[in-house]
Amino acid sequence: MEPLTNKKKVLIQKPLTFSERIYLPALTKGLSITISHFFKKEATIRYPEVQREMSINWRGMHSLKRDENGRERCTACGLCALSCPAEAITMIAAERKPEEKDLYREEKYASVYEINMLRCIFCGLCEEACPKEAIYLDGPIVPSDYLRKDFIYGKDKLVEQPLEKK
Amino acid sequence: MDISFVIEKFVLVAIIFGISLVIAMYSTYAERKVAAFLQDRLGPDRAGPFGMLQPLADGLKMFMKEEIVPTNSNKILFMVGPGLAMLTACIGTAVIPWGSAITIGDRVIPLQVTDINVGLLYIFGVVSLGVYGVMIGGWASNNKYSLLSAIRAASQNISYEVSMGLSIIALLMVTNTMSLKEIVEQQHGWHWNVLYQPFGFLLFIICSFAETNRAPFDLPECETELIGGYHTEYSSMKLGFYLFAEYINMFVSSAVMATLYFGGYNYPGMDWVLLHTGPVIGPLIGTAVLFAKIFAFIFFFMWVRWTIPRFRYDQLMHLGWKTLIPLAIANIVITGLVIAIVEKF
Repeated sequence: MEPLTNKKKVLIQKPLTFSERIYLPALTKGLSITISHFFKKEATIRYPEVQREMSINWRGMHSLKRDENGRERCTACGLCALSCPAEAITMIAAERKPEEKDLYREEKYASVYEINMLRCIFCGLCEEACPKEAIYLDGPIVPSDYLRKDFIYGKDKLVEQPLEKK
Repeated sequence: MDISFVIEKFVLVAIIFGISLVIAMYSTYAERKVAAFLQDRLGPDRAGPFGMLQPLADGLKMFMKEEIVPTNSNKILFMVGPGLAMLTACIGTAVIPWGSAITIGDRVIPLQVTDINVGLLYIFGVVSLGVYGVMIGGWASNNKYSLLSAIRAASQNISYEVSMGLSIIALLMVTNTMSLKEIVEQQHGWHWNVLYQPFGFLLFIICSFAETNRAPFDLPECETELIGGYHTEYSSMKLGFYLFAEYINMFVSSAVMATLYFGGYNYPGMDWVLLHTGPVIGPLIGTAVLFAKIFAFIFFFMWVRWTIPRFRYDQLMHLGWKTLIPLAIANIVITGLVIAIVEKF
């Protein structure tokens, strides 16, 4: 058959030369390659003790932020839940009472805020949707667990630690 | 023969047995570490500092595993197999001279269990017996893969024993003795046999790899073709014995190579050291040198394992029968010629 392209290449298998047949030169070459790796720095990171530095646009576990006075920023508008493609976020809104003024910044707040970490795909759309700069995916890797219910993170795990009182 | 002689030998046997078991134990650890370092990894480092307790953890795991004996196996032989593998692996250490004699008071204690005048033949015989553990285990399992592996092991050992024996004959022509003690004494200082028999050593080390079933000749354990090889049906400590015997074999054949070709406990400048350190410390330094050589060989075994892929079975047979045996015979002829010429002039 006429070749359709000009890429046809005839492969000629040459008989092995003497040094190739006695196998030892190739063997010493291989040994020298492996021994050079013996002295190279290993690529392993001892994970739980040593953690690799994450890239600057790394997205990890969510945290609900507080403002400069230590009040929760979230106003339970629901935009994060709406934007979430995995439907991982649910929340229940509540009205702020007068005595809770230094706990919540807005008059409406989230009394329950849950993220299902098994559903979450860490896309960061909640972070982008939030008008109050209340949620950021700046945490560590979400740890593993045994039960599905333990992956639904509530406010106890998500809200940032309160600021130090002056 | 007085009672102190018996005690002395028993102590020596116990020490050598203990040392070979500990070395075999830590060879498993070293194997994993060497493999890791050669592949830019870290290897086991969780059990104890640097993973030093890993062999103990592995041993404990082996003991805790369920012991399974296949229903249609030959029960007695199934039990005997691993024990025989361990036994034949261990008894090779008896004739190896571990150091020159220690003098305490007026008592001279040789660091060798027995100096029989056919030491070389004894080693050769024991190494050949090693295949019986594999054969019996593979046969008794009543499993096609195990049997295939046992047959492979047997035919491989027979093939490589021939060229191993022939390479030893060339060595014998140089040394004129079969006693391992005398062979080592002849290599005093730096007169190592490897300088007179470099080619014989090359043949011998290739055959040692084949006899100990180590890569690239580990066809009896070829996972891709034979599942686990002859120990497919074994579990618990019986499997542990087989794996252990392999490492003891490696230790013994490293010791044999160090003794026959690399001067045993001799090292350059040993006379000066012996003169200045006294009759106890001096020989022990020699023993330490011997162990350093053994460890170097064990490292070489591992280094080769993590470098070279396994041979195909026909390549193995081709190498054994058509390449190594003619070369070994040529080596004998050339050695004989050189000896004749040297004696003439």
